Amino acid sequence: MGIVNTNLSLEGAELNSYLSIAADNTITIFSPNPEVGQNIKTSFPTIIAEELDADWTRVKVVQGKFDTKRFERQVTGGSGATPSSYKKLRKTGATARAMLIEAAAQRWNVPANECSTENGYVKHTSGKNISYGELVVEAAKLPVPQDVKLKDRKDFKLIGKRIKNVENKNIVTGKPLFGLDFQREGMLYAMLQRPEAFGMKLKSADVTAAKSLPGIIDVVTFNNNVAVVGKSTWQVMKARKLLKVTYEKDAELESNADHDRIFGELMVKPDATVRRKDGDVDAAFARAAKVVKSEYQCPFLPHNPMEPMNFFAHVKEDSIELAGPTQNPGSAVRAVSQRLGIPADKISLEITRMGGGFGRRLMDDYVLEAAELSKIIKAPVKVIWSREDDMSGGYYRPAVRYRFEAALDAENNLIAYKLRGAGINSGNPTRENNFPSAAIENLLIESIEHKSPITTAPWRAPITNFLAFAEQSFLDEVALAAGKDPVQFRLQLLERAKNAPVGRRGYDAARMEGVIKLAAEKAGWGTKKDVSQGFSVYFSHASYVAIVAEASLKANKPQLTKIYAATDCGEVVSLSGARQQVIGGIVDGYGHAMYGKLSFKNGAPEQNNYHKYRLIRMKEVPEVEAHFVENGLDPTGLGEPSLPPTAGAVANAFYKASGKRIRNQPFIDEAPFKNKTST
Amino acid sequence: MATYKLNINGQSMQVSAEPDTPLLWILRDHLGLPGTKYGCGISACGACTIHLDGQALRSCTLPVSSIGAAKVLTIEGLSKNGDHPVQIAWDEVDVPQCGYCQAGQIMTAAAFLKNNPKPTDEQIANAMHGNICRCGAYHRIHEAVKQASTKL
Repeated sequence: MGIVNTNLSLEGAELNSYLSIAADNTITIFSPNPEVGQNIKTSFPTIIAEELDADWTRVKVVQGKFDTKRFERQVTGGSGATPSSYKKLRKTGATARAMLIEAAAQRWNVPANECSTENGYVKHTSGKNISYGELVVEAAKLPVPQDVKLKDRKDFKLIGKRIKNVENKNIVTGKPLFGLDFQREGMLYAMLQRPEAFGMKLKSADVTAAKSLPGIIDVVTFNNNVAVVGKSTWQVMKARKLLKVTYEKDAELESNADHDRIFGELMVKPDATVRRKDGDVDAAFARAAKVVKSEYQCPFLPHNPMEPMNFFAHVKEDSIELAGPTQNPGSAVRAVSQRLGIPADKISLEITRMGGGFGRRLMDDYVLEAAELSKIIKAPVKVIWSREDDMSGGYYRPAVRYRFEAALDAENNLIAYKLRGAGINSGNPTRENNFPSAAIENLLIESIEHKSPITTAPWRAPITNFLAFAEQSFLDEVALAAGKDPVQFRLQLLERAKNAPVGRRGYDAARMEGVIKLAAEKAGWGTKKDVSQGFSVYFSHASYVAIVAEASLKANKPQLTKIYAATDCGEVVSLSGARQQVIGGIVDGYGHAMYGKLSFKNGAPEQNNYHKYRLIRMKEVPEVEAHFVENGLDPTGLGEPSLPPTAGAVANAFYKASGKRIRNQPFIDEAPFKNKTST
Repeated sequence: MATYKLNINGQSMQVSAEPDTPLLWILRDHLGLPGTKYGCGISACGACTIHLDGQALRSCTLPVSSIGAAKVLTIEGLSKNGDHPVQIAWDEVDVPQCGYCQAGQIMTAAAFLKNNPKPTDEQIANAMHGNICRCGAYHRIHEAVKQASTKL
């Protein structure tokens, strides 16, 4: 490429808030959303690079700082980043490409429509070509076109292909990427002693012994916390053990027995909130030939990201510097601004990579702690949570009990359906417009809540992470009572939802059908004699996933051997990343359903580390086969959708294998696993 | 407080700390080597795995006073350019999701493969079972260990 222009800047230029191009044709793309392991840091830049026609090997991705002027919606949650940004990112890349073409066309004095692009170069029909790097300074001066043509799907070179995680090299060489790795000159370390139970408040704190240890700068009290501040993590950990703190009761100190009692009361209280009502359930139940009724219950669950909570704050006279892992930097900045009375535009936030989030890092509590402490001690400080702090610090997946009732007529048609969801700090624990609503003539869905001092937060696929299991397991019970195959039973209901929906239908019946059929086909549903199969399908966070689980009896206990998943998320943007999320969600869903249990005694969680709390490990994962529906629709998210349907399929397979129904989590405490083994 | 002369990644490093300070925090807070991670503090998760004289050990419960002249190898020292066969396999198989547990996984795998260069699937699973991956990337971890074993 022999074009030389002596006016060219060697540095390059920024074409928009997402991308800049250097003279040597390297492209820097900013990824604005916090990275939690969902790999948005790879897929977002991929979308831009596709429409830009960039050479992916020359793309460098940089995590965007929190910046409301340059970026929108810097949130990681609800599997929402990809669907809310797809079109905009494509337009961003296409617009930049159009400007580069225009710059080349002007330089060559040719019509723009005689130019094309490929791999970071603009080409002309005459054979001339020039790199983006040589054009970018001129291109950046051009007016931004409002209407640009996007690529045809068939021309995609990057979207839908296997693009590796852009962070791999840094991760495998141990580069400091995470909040816990963040360092700042002069930074202090701190750990907080928080109340030992939910419903307790701080009464007194004797800090003398703690304060006397080497490396300890100060011990301060704020809100209900006693904060130990020092020069290194271990010194602070040791000093904290020497604190003598007393607490007093501030609210009910709840135990599991209280929760069970409360659920029992909530199941019969008359003042539940009606979430949805179709037809006349009372009349339908009155004429029912058969009634199926079951209750399902789940415990609170901690999120347990591998990197525990932590955050850095440096509060100065009229500005604040924040850095750390957060799924919602905007919320964190607003919360700190409000609490400390400093305007948001004087607060900077560097978004570090997160060692998992799962919804826990949507909360502002741990950010506020760091900011308040920094203000008190007038120093930069990183607050660190131990694993014990993290597991007993609250903001859990709420405990919920569901009561399902179904009425069948003499022909075994499902004529009525009732659901009452009772949750502890759950908000609405039902999803009243999701399947099977709109498929059943007479339907009543209600919710009722108990307010507890135990704090709760969104947990990967909030509410549906257990509701889906309960519902899909109950529908299995109904199918069995009706003498119908579970898959056929769902498909028949979907026919009704598709052709003559009863009231509002909050899902696409045809797309749900699509994943059911794909999963059934891939799993050879109903054709295998040597293994027990269970089925489940769910729509959540805009995507559809159907799962077939296979189990066999081993030493008289059901063992999960394989999972088939069929996902409809529209366009698969990043093939490798998509598989990671689908399979990761399945492993997560199965692992927690099988083993996850947080129990309470007098307001305190009884499990606070991995000697008492079980997370799934390598030998416990089944084989997983993941398939994707190809329909070219705009992409929807994958961070959560494969999780909800997993446990239901597994429990249904376990029922098939053992003859014992599972209605509570963790499964390991349930009937199929209470057999004596044969040895 | 005491002074310790340690052999870290082939270099001699000196540190002043209390004798019971776990090696994990020596590395992270005193020696500028944050690649080794804190996950649980009770040696149950494997995120803090390092090599001591070639053996995989969990540094969160290994007091600095017990190390002496033993050679410590961390993720930062596993290779000069990130090109240990396990690191290369990790990239080729595209293993990491959030990435936080991965240094510990890699260190466990590297030590295992040194002693078991041609492992069976069952041996790999047994060796890696002690390392938790909260994101559930277990299938790819397994595949990467297997792939690395073919290159050793």
